Formats: sequence, C-alpha cells, structure tokens
Amino acid sequence: MSFFKAENLSIQFGGVKAVTNVSFEVQQGEVFTIIGPNGAGKTTIFNLISLIYPPTSGRITFEGREITGMTPHRVANLGIARTFQNIELFEHASVLQNLLIGRHNHTATRLWQELLFMPSVRRAEIEHREAVEKVIDFLDLQHHRDSMVAGLPYGVRKVVELGRALCIGPKLLLLDEPSSGLNPEETDDMAFWIEDIKKDLGVTVLMVEHDMSLVSRVSDRVLALAQGEMLSIGTSREVQSDPKVIEAYLGKPE
Amino acid sequence: MRFLFKTDYDQDIRLFKDGVQMFWYALLGIVLLALPAVLPEYLMGQMVFILIYAIIGLGLMLLIGFTGQISLGHAAFLAVGAYTEAIMQAKGMPFVVSIVLSAVFAGAAGLIVGLPALRLKGIYLAIATMAFGFIAEEVITRWEHVTGGNSGKQLKQIDFFGIIIDNDTKFYYLALGLVVIILLGMINLMRSPTGRAFVAIRDSEISAQSMGIHLAKYKTIAFTFSAALTGVAGALYGHKLQFISPEQFNLLVSIEMTTLVFIGGLGSFHGAIFGAAFIIALPQLIVFAKDVLPPAIGQQTGLQPTVFGLILIGFLIFEPLGIYGRWVKIRTYFSLFPFYRRGMFKRQKSYMKSDRLK
Repeated sequence: MSFFKAENLSIQFGGVKAVTNVSFEVQQGEVFTIIGPNGAGKTTIFNLISLIYPPTSGRITFEGREITGMTPHRVANLGIARTFQNIELFEHASVLQNLLIGRHNHTATRLWQELLFMPSVRRAEIEHREAVEKVIDFLDLQHHRDSMVAGLPYGVRKVVELGRALCIGPKLLLLDEPSSGLNPEETDDMAFWIEDIKKDLGVTVLMVEHDMSLVSRVSDRVLALAQGEMLSIGTSREVQSDPKVIEAYLGKPE
Repeated sequence: MRFLFKTDYDQDIRLFKDGVQMFWYALLGIVLLALPAVLPEYLMGQMVFILIYAIIGLGLMLLIGFTGQISLGHAAFLAVGAYTEAIMQAKGMPFVVSIVLSAVFAGAAGLIVGLPALRLKGIYLAIATMAFGFIAEEVITRWEHVTGGNSGKQLKQIDFFGIIIDNDTKFYYLALGLVVIILLGMINLMRSPTGRAFVAIRDSEISAQSMGIHLAKYKTIAFTFSAALTGVAGALYGHKLQFISPEQFNLLVSIEMTTLVFIGGLGSFHGAIFGAAFIIALPQLIVFAKDVLPPAIGQQTGLQPTVFGLILIGFLIFEPLGIYGRWVKIRTYFSLFPFYRRGMFKRQKSYMKSDRLK
C-alpha cells in the first residue's frame, strides 16, 4: 500500500485540458516537489487533491483509501493540510486565532456545551492552545502571536499560513509555492523549516515550487509537468538534466 | 496605557481580560439596574425598545458581522416570533414556554430558509432572503384564521411566574435579563471552536474548508441562531406594542435591522448594542430637532428617512467600523495620550488575493 497515490488524474474545464493523465506516488516521509512552467497545472493538481475540483477522470488514494468524491472539508480530517499560493488567511483575526482554526478538526465539544462554556470546553480550549503554542515555538512566531493578520508583512503571513496547516496535525502537507514573494533569507528559513517538518515532525511534504535552489535542496523526488502532462520524474538532478524539461522551459534548440 | 502580561492560557479565554475591565462592566451593570430610579417612564419605554433591538442586533451580528452572510429578510423571523408568542399566549401557554417556542419556531423557519439560501453568496443571498421576507409578509396577511390577516392580533401583558409585566420598568428588567443571557451565550459561542469557524467562513471560505470546516453546516447554524434570536426579540416586540399586524414586518424593517449592525460596527458585540441605541435614539433626536430647526427644514416631510440615509452613507464612507470603531479610536486616544497618531487605524491595502477559486 502506498502512502499517497494519484492515478491517471485528468481534469478539463470546458475544452481546456488543465491536467491530463498524471500519475505519481508519494512515499511516506519524503519531500516530493512538482515543478513546471506557468500554467502547467501544478496548482490544479493541488486543488484536485484538496477536492476543491472534482477530477474528470482518475483517482487519488491516501493511505489506501480513495479520497476522490469525498466532500472537501473531510480532507483535513484525514490529515491532509495545505497552504495557498496567494495566502488565504483569516484577515480580521489574530495570528493565534488563525492557528486555533487549524485545530478545528480536533474539536470534540458540542454546540450546547460551547453555549454554556462548560468546563470540558475550557479544558479543550487550553489543550488547543498548548498544541498551537508548540507550532508557534517551532516557527518562531511568538512575537506575532496577538497581531492581526491584516497588519502583518507578507513574509510573516506566509509563515503563519504554514503554521496554520501544521496545527491540523497533518500526515501530508501540501505547500503551494512556499517561497513565492519571500526574500532570499526568508526562503532560506523556509528551506530549514521544510527539512525540519520532514525530519522532526515526520510529515510528508508535497509541494509546488519555482525556486530551483530550494527544490534541489529539500526535495527527495521531483515531478516536472508542462501543459498538464507529465514530463519527467526522478531526483532533482535527474529531472533538471532531462532534455524534455529543458525544452519545456527554454524551447527547442534550433 | 496598560500592558497585559500573559502567564496563563486562561487569560485569553476568560470573560474579562482583567480586574479593570471587570470593574467597568460591574459599574455599567449597576447603572443599568439603577436606571429606572432616574429615568421617567417614557424613556424607560425607549430603553425597552433599545434592549429589544439589541437582541435583534446580536442575532444579525452573528450572521452578518461574524459569519459574513447577509440577510434582508429578518423581519420575517421577527414576525414568526411575534405571531408565535401571540398565538401561544392566547392558548394560555406560560411566558417562559411561549418565548422559547417563539425562538424555536423562528429558528426552524431560519433552518428551512437557510438550507437552500446559504448555497448562494453575497448579493444573491441578499435577494433570496429579501424574497423570503416578501413571501412571509404575504403569508401572514393571507393566513387569516391563524394570524388575523390585516386586522392584526392583540397581545396581553406578560405573566412572568405570576408577576404581571404591566409597566415599562418591569418590562425593562425582563428584557435586560434576556439580553444578558443571550450576550453571555454568544460570547461563549464566539470563544469556542464554533465561533472561530464562523469567523473563518467570513474571512475565507476556501481556506475554512481546507481546515476541515463544514461550510454548509456552520452557515446553517449561524442562520438558525440568528433567526431564533430575532424570534425572541419578536415576541418581546409584540408584547411591547401589544398589537401586531403584517405591515410591521415589511422590507423596511428588515433594512432597518440590517442597517443597525452596519452603523453599530460589524464584528463586535458592542456594535450590536450601540447600533440598537442609535436606531432608537435617532428618531427621538429628530423630533427634538424639528422644534429647533427653521420650519422650512423642520416641517419638511421625509426629514427622518433623509437624515437616516445621510448618516448611513456617512458611516460607510468615514467610519466603516461603525460606532464601535469610533469608540475604540476615542478610547485609544485617551489611553495613549498624547501619542495617538491619526493613521493608527488605517488598514494597509490588502495584498493580492486569488479570486480564481471563488
């Protein structure tokens, strides 16, 4: 049984074939990166995995269970967390509240208990905060704990979003361009965190990324896409030297 | 300026931030309890209206301010609450039971409307709820043998465990008690996972969903609660007026109720209360101003709606956070004195946001 498997995944929007027959497997504990030029269908694959789009054909299995056809909110309960390319945080809430929402799938209290704020709710709240505090320590967010997201700089938001995904307690973490919009130092930090997430937290990472130095630094395996089709799969070095990949990025030699 | 040093998770969770805050709320409580001793009976009547509108405001704040779903049909839930109360009282039901039934019936109506309507977003939801408002008004007018049609329905005075609520002071204490209970319940809800889920839905549905929040479920909970609270307010409203008829629950009332939360300030409990006070106090102030203003303006027809409209536009342009936003600014000004800067509350322009997924 493979940890995560996409088989013959295809999706069409009207006549546009965004993703065609993409199959790949992710092993538990690895960092698997999808690269490709703009419009290659990388984010679309993420949206297929998080069930925002239903695939036209093909199936996705996670820990041996088929997830295609499930309702989107269930994916988080299975242990798949994601970040977004353009940051989708809860703007008018503090960093702490954003991270607490990441704990939503650990909620066990009932509505009537919450209305009366029973002792069980208070206990659960404190547990949530302890769990969130670990993530805050892990990502060095102490300084921003009570800041409103709307007032934070871009780089910090990116980290908060990563933190929120970690609060889910994921087995598989989908990172959509974790380094986009970050300066070189922040990208460096991001690389450290991705390595730590893999080694210390034992979370499998599936990411989409453009920054090739980050890709070669952290990825165990890389998949290259172009125009929705698979070009090459292998280690970062293998994929980067594949003539088909070079052609997709730079064009055919005359 | 005071700084809070947090040493315990409970400091983020508990009802009052610190002793100072608790002191001010205790003081407010005492003032509210002592109010009937100071104010004349007429103004107590206005206070009762403020409290009733505060309940409506809290219900709508939950829906609009916290969950980000608009409704232009809430007068219908007010009507369901009022008519349920009138009918149940006529059947001899005690007040504690009938007011709960008002909440349940209005909540059930909210659930039935919410299930299909909440699949719509933004302006479409506004239109759908508005249509529901029209339908409800029409049903009340036509369903004569239950609602009395256009000739309306009478309500007797409330019998609260043997105490007849026969004056505005008694009514005031009853309404105040209800507001406090409702407020506590809502604060509890908002500091729990459910409340956070509401806020998450308001700010980004797409990421709320990928955090494992069941959008339809939580939107429906918010809509049902909101309708139920409006139903409670409706029951009190009916008793206060002692007579209800369909035209008291038309579109204008819905709009007035929605305006309340915008003027009060979206996303805060204070806003609901401030908004209610404003909506009730404004017509009084206008009546007062009529005598002072030159007759050419003061005796003009349509003065009240005009002033109302101007104030709403003024708020939307100059103070989108409403009265509560203004209150926070004034408070900050004094607590930071003399270091307050004008731009402090200016929001940064938001960064690029993907609308591809919406």
